[in-house]
Amino acid sequence: MPEMYIARSSAIAARMLAGEMMVMNSADSTFFTLNEVATAIWKAADGRTPLSQIVRDHICKMFDVEYPQAHADAERFVADLAGHGILLVSDRPFTVEQPQ
Amino acid sequence: MTLMAEVGQKAFDLGVPLAVHLDITYRCNERCVHCYLDHDDHGEMDTAEVKSVLDQLAEAGVFFLTLSGGEVFLRRDFFEIVEHARRLLFNVKIKTNAVMIGEAEAQRLRALNVDTVQISLYSHRAEVHDAITKLPHSFERTVTAIEFLRDQGLRVTIANVLMTANLADQYGVQKLAAELGVHYTVDPTITPMMDGDMSVLALRIPGEELAEVFRNPALVPNQDEFCAPPPPPSEEDLEGYSCSAGHSFCYISPYGDVFPCVQFPLPTGNIRQQDFLDIWNHSPQMNEVRSIQARDLTTCSSCSHVATCTRCPGLAYMEGNMRGPSTADCEKSFYRTGVPTANMLRQGLARPQTAGTRSTPLIQIQPAAALA
Repeated sequence: MPEMYIARSSAIAARMLAGEMMVMNSADSTFFTLNEVATAIWKAADGRTPLSQIVRDHICKMFDVEYPQAHADAERFVADLAGHGILLVSDRPFTVEQPQ
Repeated sequence: MTLMAEVGQKAFDLGVPLAVHLDITYRCNERCVHCYLDHDDHGEMDTAEVKSVLDQLAEAGVFFLTLSGGEVFLRRDFFEIVEHARRLLFNVKIKTNAVMIGEAEAQRLRALNVDTVQISLYSHRAEVHDAITKLPHSFERTVTAIEFLRDQGLRVTIANVLMTANLADQYGVQKLAAELGVHYTVDPTITPMMDGDMSVLALRIPGEELAEVFRNPALVPNQDEFCAPPPPPSEEDLEGYSCSAGHSFCYISPYGDVFPCVQFPLPTGNIRQQDFLDIWNHSPQMNEVRSIQARDLTTCSSCSHVATCTRCPGLAYMEGNMRGPSTADCEKSFYRTGVPTANMLRQGLARPQTAGTRSTPLIQIQPAAALA
């Protein structure tokens, strides 16, 4: 299976509030709050780290979940946010610097 | 409750400054007849200071950032400030008269993913708009800029301040906004000038005319509900607060002064002397503002409108008491519903009295030299 790389869109605004990440896409003003797991994936979406490694290094360790289930959940989450233009997805690492 | 409203309530309950209005200059290329500002530069923050403020606001949890003035494009470092704000992932809204926005500026705002550009436009007739701004050809330049911004796909809102000089044009501006394909908002609030001069209040539209504004279906779609007599206030209503000022919102002037709101001239600290969070968390004035519940209000706590009134504590403060009534909002409540307010009944008035004459400066300027 090819690797998946994820990067945060530069069109978004984001901020933590009480442990949850608020994200808004300026293109259409869609507004989301991400739960703890989704926030961890979003924060690790630097465009260079493969999703599989993000799941192993962050999700499985932080939340004590098995890799297959965590990876499947992460893929669904990534597809959802990519559909709203909040995450960018590629089978190769991104070269553009990520917002903080 | 929408997700946005839930987040707003959470920030309010936790005392997180979710939204901040930052004026980066009071200088302006227009001289609007109703403007409350003095347009001289008394020592506005330089680029490094503004960036430091933005860093502190991001750290404090601010998500919605409004950059305003004065005219923001008069700052040569304006785009550098917006770039820094976007790098910090703020949701950025810009308020401007747009006369300095050409195609290149519109493209740059689009590239920076600014959320909204709010533009002041007072009439659909050039002669009326230009007479209010006192800048010849400002109407033409502003409308052209709106088209540039719209063509870039930016969200644009025309903001129309209603006053005696343009009351008749409200429908015309609304129609123009629709033709341009942009949003429209209207505000009948005229505030005293920053030096305490109340003469500008003569421009406020007469209360009787407010009723017509409230019955404009394009502005108020749910008129039956909006104009209904107020229901009896509950215990929960009396435990409520007036607005988000000091709770999840505040205002910062170009000189670094922090206030609970744009129209609440109660100094709470200066960001050149203290960290933002120190002021936000520990200022006695800020804590006093956020302690006031509806039950603590003199006169208003016994008013039938207490749960539905848009009472502005800042305007009340300018009338002499932040716990007292705001006459402008008493007027709005009366002309919206036809039900007299407790403030009117206390004074034995059949109609609201115009705003008081106490002169509290809207913005208290502390020149940089005085802070050294």
